[in-house]
Amino acid sequence: MKKHRSISNTIIYIILSVMSVIWIFPIVWLVMQSFRGEQGAFTSYIIPKVWTLDNYIKLFTDTRLFNFPRWFMNTLFVAVFTCIITTIIVLLTSYAFSRLRFKLRKPLMNIILILGMFPGFMSMVAIYHILKAFGLTQSLVSLILVYSGGAAMGYYIAKGFFDTIPRSIDEAALIDGATKNQVFWLITLPMSKPIIVYTVLTSFIAPWVDFIFVSVIMKDNYQNYTVALGLYQMITRENITAYFTQFCAGAVIIAIPITILFIAMQKYYVEGVTAGGAKG
Amino acid sequence: MESKKITDTISNFFKTINNGIKGFIEGFTKGDIITKLSYIIMGFGSFGRKQFVKGFFFLIIQIIYILFMVNSGGYYLSMLPTLGTTTQGEVWDEAAQIYRISQGDNSMLLLLFGVSVILVTIVMVFLYVWQTRIAYRNQKLLADNKKLPTFKEDFKDMFDKNFSATILFLPMLLTVLFTVVPLIFMILMAFTNFDKNHQPPGNLFTWVGLENFKSVFGGNPLWATTFKRLFVWTIIWAIFATFLNYILGMLLAIIINKKGIKLKKFWRTIFVITIAVPQFVSLMLMSKLLHDQGAMNVLLKQLGLIGSFIPFLSDPFVAKVTVIVVNIWVGIPYTMLITSGILMNIPEDLYEASKLDGANAFQQFIYITLPYMLHVTTPYLITQFVGNINNFNVIYLLTGGGPLSLKLYQAGETDLLVTWLYKLTVNEQNYSLASTIGILIFVIVSTISLIVYNNTSAVKQEDDFS
Repeated sequence: MKKHRSISNTIIYIILSVMSVIWIFPIVWLVMQSFRGEQGAFTSYIIPKVWTLDNYIKLFTDTRLFNFPRWFMNTLFVAVFTCIITTIIVLLTSYAFSRLRFKLRKPLMNIILILGMFPGFMSMVAIYHILKAFGLTQSLVSLILVYSGGAAMGYYIAKGFFDTIPRSIDEAALIDGATKNQVFWLITLPMSKPIIVYTVLTSFIAPWVDFIFVSVIMKDNYQNYTVALGLYQMITRENITAYFTQFCAGAVIIAIPITILFIAMQKYYVEGVTAGGAKG
Repeated sequence: MESKKITDTISNFFKTINNGIKGFIEGFTKGDIITKLSYIIMGFGSFGRKQFVKGFFFLIIQIIYILFMVNSGGYYLSMLPTLGTTTQGEVWDEAAQIYRISQGDNSMLLLLFGVSVILVTIVMVFLYVWQTRIAYRNQKLLADNKKLPTFKEDFKDMFDKNFSATILFLPMLLTVLFTVVPLIFMILMAFTNFDKNHQPPGNLFTWVGLENFKSVFGGNPLWATTFKRLFVWTIIWAIFATFLNYILGMLLAIIINKKGIKLKKFWRTIFVITIAVPQFVSLMLMSKLLHDQGAMNVLLKQLGLIGSFIPFLSDPFVAKVTVIVVNIWVGIPYTMLITSGILMNIPEDLYEASKLDGANAFQQFIYITLPYMLHVTTPYLITQFVGNINNFNVIYLLTGGGPLSLKLYQAGETDLLVTWLYKLTVNEQNYSLASTIGILIFVIVSTISLIVYNNTSAVKQEDDFS
């Protein structure tokens, strides 16, 4: 019996090791390419022959064609404001749907559910035309509006969290004469640190990783690109030969903080998805 | 049970409307002169009874609305049926003896503003009915010798009794502006001929009724073939992407969580890292790796496993397999992460009892784990399935929809309906067709969700407490 178990465990270790290699390989390759000294998009070998930091240095100094530092600041600017607006809106919406009872609650939730079934991108085209009518296209402000405008529709995860806070706490406070406003600020919010952190981080990350919306809004206005769209330009057919290694360097720079943030908050992610999913 | 709920919702909806109309008529017939005047002058029922702030607020809104309608709103409304009649062009200026460029109508703006005017009007109707109800309620309160709420009390209510309205105001305003208005605008576009040849401001576009839908369902053979093929592939893709990832990810979670396996945290972290890397980075990388001359082919060649390169992304069939396989790479860690916790909730004695009955690991998975998990995670699976139907990133970043095919209109072999929609708008500017496709995607998604929700026991209804 014991022998049988150790054999099956060995098999599992082998499977896990092989899978780990497959899963990690593209990422290791990315990091290695970012330190590659040889020019060109592809090499006929895996491990670079010349190792260098030039790709990183050039990324921040050589701004003739691709202004990475500027894109970085653009993204930071958009991310900060998106994060503030989104967090406020998500918390307000989810709190109202979770803790308050009012006539329009169910109808509003149903409407949001139905709205969510349209492909998100379909309204994107219209938003582009609306922004154009107001002369706002290709600006960073419009990007902030696009990222945070639909925030209320993503209330599910935070609502799942608020649902878990015992309602008796609210009721006790209300009996003691607190207003609902006070309950929200003084009781619920201080207890909701995890979901606030989660909302802040996810909404902060979104502008760094999106490239669909930004490509529709910005079109050819290079000055206002975000890093994702900028990096994408580096590996188009015309540029890939000269810029592939710099692309890898840029990708590593963006990926490291996001990876750390995600690993740190994976617990909240799981709780959010399962709680939100079960009660959708 | 679920369908009963839906009919309940609908009947409740009509009841609410019915009550609203009844109350509206009752207020007029039983109202005194002040209440009756509020049916003509908004806010009269309030400022006529010394609630000045509230009353004048309604009055100012009414004045602004009337000015707006006279000034421009009415014009946009009147242009909605035609979407403009004057094309931009040159007009002979008799006085100056030269041709001048005349502005012409901009169908796109006319449609946009027309929709906005209708929405503003709907809001206006609600405000109007609301203030007549307030007027009648005030009259009844006074008749009962009660005091009317002062402005200060109303203001206080905003943070207590009506707190929900206060905190939802901003979120709902943004949702209307950035989701509802654009969506209505796009839905209407599906009934126009807004395409490359009808681009404002140079040209007009106009209503064509169901023409676009007819074209997609056969009127235009090229569009119809494209839609049919992409629809089938979208469904196949969604099924594979959802269920393969689900089963394989769960198996991964099971073996990592198996008793006696060491370094659980280490294994988990390795897979989580791949989630954390932004998709546009990892997927674009994959597309370069799997390129005909990419690292994968180089590696396989060096190992002597293949003679000539494998067309991972350039052969129609192989490319389809590739995107599904790469999506497994993308998706398994998510499922692993999500299901780990739930798997540990399965009662241990179920497994022990089955062991006594002589079940092996495979049978345990099929008869215990899978049914339990399906029961608990149905909502998650629906979300995943719908997400995969609209899975833009994997397809667009990996293959760009390619390899291209001449048999398809503006689409490649691996394009999903949603990436086709993207190409139609961004590359081809065929907005009317794109909107038609968008509506059809909505129909598909909502039908599937409805069917699954109706036939599942896992969807628990949230307990309502009031």
